[in-house]
Amino acid sequence: MAGSERLARLRDAVGGDDEPGLSLAVLAGAVAAFVSLPLVGLLVRASNYGFGHLAGLLTETGSLGVLANSLVLVFWVTLGCVLVGVPLAVLTVQTDLPGRRFWTVVAALPLVVPSYIGAFTFVSAFGPRGDLADALAPLGVERIPAIYGLHGTALVLILFTYPYVFLTTRAALLSFDGTLVEAARTLNHSRWAAFKRVTVPQILPGVTAGALLAALYALSDFGTPSIMRYEVFTQQIYVAQRSLGVPEGYPALLSMQLLAVVAVVLALESRIGEGDASYVSRGSRQPGRITLGAWKWPALAFCAAVGVLSLGVPLGVLAWWFEQAGSAVFEFEPVVAWNSLKVAAAAALAASLLALPVAGYAARSTSLFATLTDRLTYVGYAIPGVVVALALLYLSTEFTQSLYKTVPLLVFAYVVRFLPQAVGTVRSSVLQVDPKLTEAARTLGRSPLGAFRNVTLPLIAPGVAAGAALVFLTTMKELPATLMLSPIGFETLVSYIWLVRGAGSYGAAAIPALVLVGVSALSMVVILAQERYNG
Amino acid sequence: MADSELTTDATVEPDTDGPTDAADTVLELDGVTKRYGTETAVSDLTLSVRDGELLTLLGPSGCGKTTTLRMLAGLERPSEGVISLADEEVAGPSTFVEAESRGVGIVFQDFALFPHLSVRENVAFGLTDRDDDAADERVDDLLDLVDMPGMGDRSPDQLSGGQQQRVALARSLAPEPDILLLDEPFSNLDVRLRVEMREEVRRILKEAGVTAVSVTHDQEEALSISDRVAVLDDGQIEQVGDPEAVFEHPESRFVASFLGQAGFLSARVGTGTVDTSIGSYDRSLLQGLADGYAGAMVDVLVRPDDLRAVPATEADADGTIVRRQYTGPSFIYHVELDNGDVVRCLHNHAEDMTVGAPVAVDLVADHSLSWYPKQG
Repeated sequence: MAGSERLARLRDAVGGDDEPGLSLAVLAGAVAAFVSLPLVGLLVRASNYGFGHLAGLLTETGSLGVLANSLVLVFWVTLGCVLVGVPLAVLTVQTDLPGRRFWTVVAALPLVVPSYIGAFTFVSAFGPRGDLADALAPLGVERIPAIYGLHGTALVLILFTYPYVFLTTRAALLSFDGTLVEAARTLNHSRWAAFKRVTVPQILPGVTAGALLAALYALSDFGTPSIMRYEVFTQQIYVAQRSLGVPEGYPALLSMQLLAVVAVVLALESRIGEGDASYVSRGSRQPGRITLGAWKWPALAFCAAVGVLSLGVPLGVLAWWFEQAGSAVFEFEPVVAWNSLKVAAAAALAASLLALPVAGYAARSTSLFATLTDRLTYVGYAIPGVVVALALLYLSTEFTQSLYKTVPLLVFAYVVRFLPQAVGTVRSSVLQVDPKLTEAARTLGRSPLGAFRNVTLPLIAPGVAAGAALVFLTTMKELPATLMLSPIGFETLVSYIWLVRGAGSYGAAAIPALVLVGVSALSMVVILAQERYNG
Repeated sequence: MADSELTTDATVEPDTDGPTDAADTVLELDGVTKRYGTETAVSDLTLSVRDGELLTLLGPSGCGKTTTLRMLAGLERPSEGVISLADEEVAGPSTFVEAESRGVGIVFQDFALFPHLSVRENVAFGLTDRDDDAADERVDDLLDLVDMPGMGDRSPDQLSGGQQQRVALARSLAPEPDILLLDEPFSNLDVRLRVEMREEVRRILKEAGVTAVSVTHDQEEALSISDRVAVLDDGQIEQVGDPEAVFEHPESRFVASFLGQAGFLSARVGTGTVDTSIGSYDRSLLQGLADGYAGAMVDVLVRPDDLRAVPATEADADGTIVRRQYTGPSFIYHVELDNGDVVRCLHNHAEDMTVGAPVAVDLVADHSLSWYPKQG
């Protein structure tokens, strides 16, 4: 057995005879290069300014304050997500909490509320002239705690990103081998001691993975801090790029700083990923449920409070707008929705086509180049949308003026951002197809391309469709690139919401916002269906 | 397990180690029953385990053996009955000592080594009441005992199956439990390793001098490692005894057919003989048959090594060969007798007999045979 393992590893290192052809490698490489263009554009722009100039800006401007603000926000959001997500996961997986299935769904659902819509509804409800203030004014309450700034931003981000921690912790708890707890108990450890010494170390990688996802989200989210008026990188880049008075190169400097912080988070994440493999446990017996007793009531109150804040408030406020606005809800023009559909469909089509060679190559090749191209397409995922948009603005002013703020450039931004979703689903479908099937087709006289068309493609079609659907749905709700790259006068659902928010006419935003929540919910359904399909 | 209206001189095989002395009993189960809803997993189990012995609960899957083990460990609570460990009641109508306070060690089927801890840390896990030096010393002793010195710094996923089992043994022996439980200890090992580890585990247990209860569905494993075997079926004990006694003289039809490739030969008890379709034999052939019972119908237990098939003419034949089974070192011929019974005959090398050939069957056993009242 050991011998065959060694042989397999040797084959991995040198690449076996079944390596895919050169043409596929070239195609995959071209796609990877294409989608990493924005990053190149940003670096070119920064080098044009000269790094000396940028270093000077670092101290002259308030960019260090922005850095501090961003780090503070990330710290509180990450901490908050762990404090909300981990207890919820433990309660719903390992205790006798009444209605565990219900609370599991409730705890995961806030993911379907785009955080900027969440922030929008929170400002509307709890802002200085919001619904709560209006309701309290007759009672003589004149001031309520300000929702703007760090507190509000952190609160909203925690409420809509803790599900990352909840879901990864839950997965870790579910895959955790309960026999280990029994082993600890027969080795003279109480339930609590066994939890501390066995369960906690085992679920720690899961918790950390979720926390890093939340940190990355907090770092790259543009809508929430903008609505909550908190000066972090994303918000400042957007403002600086639109203002005339800022020093030249300031947005580029902020972007570079943001990317550096993102790189640190990603580096941490990849180290966690490596450690993961040795934590796989084989047993499947679930540990006995913890009896809550009287703790049941505080636990239920906690679950309910999280549910009310993260689901009740946004959905309630949207329904309230809808109710209040009367006929005004139909003010927005259908062309806005049509525009959204058009660009999303274009992005989905382009991303699926580009994903095929990358995913096919990554799934079938073990070479370093395949890994590299696969990872490169993920660059757009890691780079915050604001930075992608800024880089594309630079790129178009520098090289292709005719593309500046055109629909093709906008679609390109979406493809850069969301190609990884398509690559991910397509690659896992390709991995499901037994390579022997294509070998069989080849021995039956098909060319490599013919075998792909007649055998592989029909088998991976559901995965390709799922990837396209995901790109379509996430494009529909993308905010910063839409705001920064849309042609003048080109309105989508997202930019329309942004516009009426500025104008304060909330009722007009009700329908578009509800549509976007529905769109997010649909993308969750696609992801879950895909997981089941692959599982 | 009682043989209904027929009695024998020695229905209960005397324990070869002599009568049980209460003083050297470590573990005692009295009327232990476990129900899950309306399902009864274990029913009215009474059993005692002696100091230093290795007792194996043997039975098919679903017979309640693992449930029994988990009740012994304190991981399940009996619905009825009393479990006493070292003269102390650990489970009863009003008492229940939790797993962590019971002084019971367990080796799990999949070993359940803590993947985030090294081999040393795994073995030291239960040593919470000693200082570091004493714990270190104990860990070293145990790694020596399981023949893995110098491997303490490895992590469990760097170990082979056999090594993982050694570590699991060392870990559960470390806190010096009153009793060690082994749950299907060899089922996660491949066949060759299994035979090697059987002897190794027995050596380690005997060297440690620990009292142990193991459960398995593998009869060969049970017979080869145990001091005593308890055969379980459907939540009840069928027979307890040393391996030879249980194998040679099964007290019930279930035990007989569960152990070895059993066949049954219909026979009629005469005044001086026992008449079967392959011949008449002296009454002494049947083990412990009391006087009388002339005319009774019985089933006689015959294993493949008790019978031999001989080519014969149609007229002299007792039956025909219906199947030829090659096991490597030997052949087993399945012979359908004229009365419809199917028996198996063991041959050490290939005979020139094919399926469908008429054969005579000879009884070559040099020991008395077990028998059971005719069914139906």
